[in-house]
Amino acid sequence: MDVGLLYSRIRPDEKLLLTELRDRGHEVHKVDVRKTTFGLDAPPESLGECDVVFDRCLATSRSKYASRFMAHYDVPVVNSPETAKLCSDKVETTLALSEADIPTPETTVAFTKDSALEAIEAFGYPCVLKPVVGSWGRLMAKLESRSAAEAVLEHKETLGHYEHSVFYVQQFVEKPGRDLRVLTVDGEPVAAMSRSSDHWLTNAATGAETASFDLDPEVEKLAKQASAAVGGGLLGVDLMELETGGYTVHEVNHTVEFKALNAAVDVDVAAKVVDWLETKVDADAGATEVEA
Amino acid sequence: MSEADCVTCGDSVTLPADVEIGEIVDCGSCGTELEVVGVEPAELAEAPDLAEDWGE
Repeated sequence: MDVGLLYSRIRPDEKLLLTELRDRGHEVHKVDVRKTTFGLDAPPESLGECDVVFDRCLATSRSKYASRFMAHYDVPVVNSPETAKLCSDKVETTLALSEADIPTPETTVAFTKDSALEAIEAFGYPCVLKPVVGSWGRLMAKLESRSAAEAVLEHKETLGHYEHSVFYVQQFVEKPGRDLRVLTVDGEPVAAMSRSSDHWLTNAATGAETASFDLDPEVEKLAKQASAAVGGGLLGVDLMELETGGYTVHEVNHTVEFKALNAAVDVDVAAKVVDWLETKVDADAGATEVEA
Repeated sequence: MSEADCVTCGDSVTLPADVEIGEIVDCGSCGTELEVVGVEPAELAEAPDLAEDWGE
């Protein structure tokens, strides 16, 4: 098959995918979105004949628009722009999870510093203030007092970009020093890991220790439901274990990185992802033949 | 295996055999994060700074 790969930086994750695709004889068309323009009439030349375009853009803004353009050109793209839209914005993700009755941390959104402070006080301390767009645990604040909250809110309001004045306030979930990451393809779990740290942030990007996690039926069910809630595709579903038992889903990642997961588990993650891509392309081709 | 010069300190940087355009490598001498912008011949540029919307 011909696979387009939208990128702006080749991370170890993209290298794993490129190697797997080429080893299987697939033709890969790498497109650096920094050097490409997207017009209304036709896709960039190298992408027009692709069986599928894989959005692996590092920047959320580029991912969102580039995948939307692919859909506009009727070029099959993973993940879909609908999924990108829901996953790239924490407010959208939270609403999608809540609307699907999936347990997710209690959240309040406010648009001014004063109303955000009211929301924070209503949660009590500690609580968490997150940017609506962002990753790798950056700009996340665990607020432990009113004076800290006032300072962080003032800083956010003066950061400049309007998104920093969308205040996303969330309950602080006491977790057992770790959270869980499940990588799914259209809801089917590929592999899962725990990410442990003494720090309250347990992102692999912040240096958390990773270990393989054996899925239990509840995690598997929630990962499947979370995937469906945002439109499926290749996703990283993040969950926390609750002290009271059960789980809460706090994030769904749509340009999921998997090098840490690949190193933590016995599964060849890139191979599973390419298996899924091949199946998807075959299914699309079959559907087109039936239509014809 | 190929080599290219670091654009910051000029020292030689060894690139992996399966190097890809768009890949990031660190200069072992000065620590600058470098982007591979060419492979035949190998060419490096200073990697872009981290932006707020980067990540998964």
